[in-house]
Amino acid sequence: MVPATHVVFAALFDLSHPAHYLHWHFFQMSVANVIVILLMIAVFIAAILIPFPKRRRES
Amino acid sequence: MWTTWVRERAVGALPPEKLLPDRQPAYVSSWIYVFGVATIAALVVVVASGMILGLKGPEWWHVTSIGRFFNGIHLWAVELFFFAMVVHLWGKFFMGAWRGGRGRTWVTGAVTFLVAIGAAFTGYLSQQNFDSQWIASEGKDGLNSVGIGSFFNVVDFGQMYTFHVILLPLAVVALVAWHVLLVRRHGVVPPYPAKAPKSAAPSPPQAAPSESGAP
Repeated sequence: MVPATHVVFAALFDLSHPAHYLHWHFFQMSVANVIVILLMIAVFIAAILIPFPKRRRES
Repeated sequence: MWTTWVRERAVGALPPEKLLPDRQPAYVSSWIYVFGVATIAALVVVVASGMILGLKGPEWWHVTSIGRFFNGIHLWAVELFFFAMVVHLWGKFFMGAWRGGRGRTWVTGAVTFLVAIGAAFTGYLSQQNFDSQWIASEGKDGLNSVGIGSFFNVVDFGQMYTFHVILLPLAVVALVAWHVLLVRRHGVVPPYPAKAPKSAAPSPPQAAPSESGAP
């Protein structure tokens, strides 16, 4: 019996085929790696822009 | 006596309130400061899961379901380690964190990054599967081409496994400890000085902004 989460993830991330690559001159990187880098940039920008919870001033 | 000398120098450099502070500067209240400790948290998981993998051995981590789970924990903790470390690096670069006498903090961080890459590469070589065999044979070509193939022999599993399990983790942990002690000693770098807003009235000539960063 395959858990439901496995079915969902298998539909989204099919690992049963060779990886897709982005290829430009000497630059070659898997699409997964490009996604991770874009995610890192997004997290970096979010870390700077999202306000940090302010500490309540003690009266 | 040498113990007195060591103690006085250690306590002089890092008194208890600096070694274990209970307050932080107001400018540290930003999410960007979270990624250094996130890197350390990931490293703790990497080392702990790696110890279990080392104790149980390759047949366990390839064949049993719980072994494969710990294998996955080790891999994904490494992914998070590098994710957090690189975001931490970007933050430190753009805030000029080497200012105010913090050059060694920057350098220890950079060297840790390079050593961690070596640790990850030797980890890929240590998988005990066809993937790692391929990586070894391809890596052999690469390292031979820069002349270090005889000193760092990627097809010598014993050497690569020893690098991965003992030598490089010790180096990474020692460098991270040194890096954190330097942060404790010199404090978190203050932000760059804010530029004064331009006003309609002509302002008196100002001195060129100096590189600030001293607390």
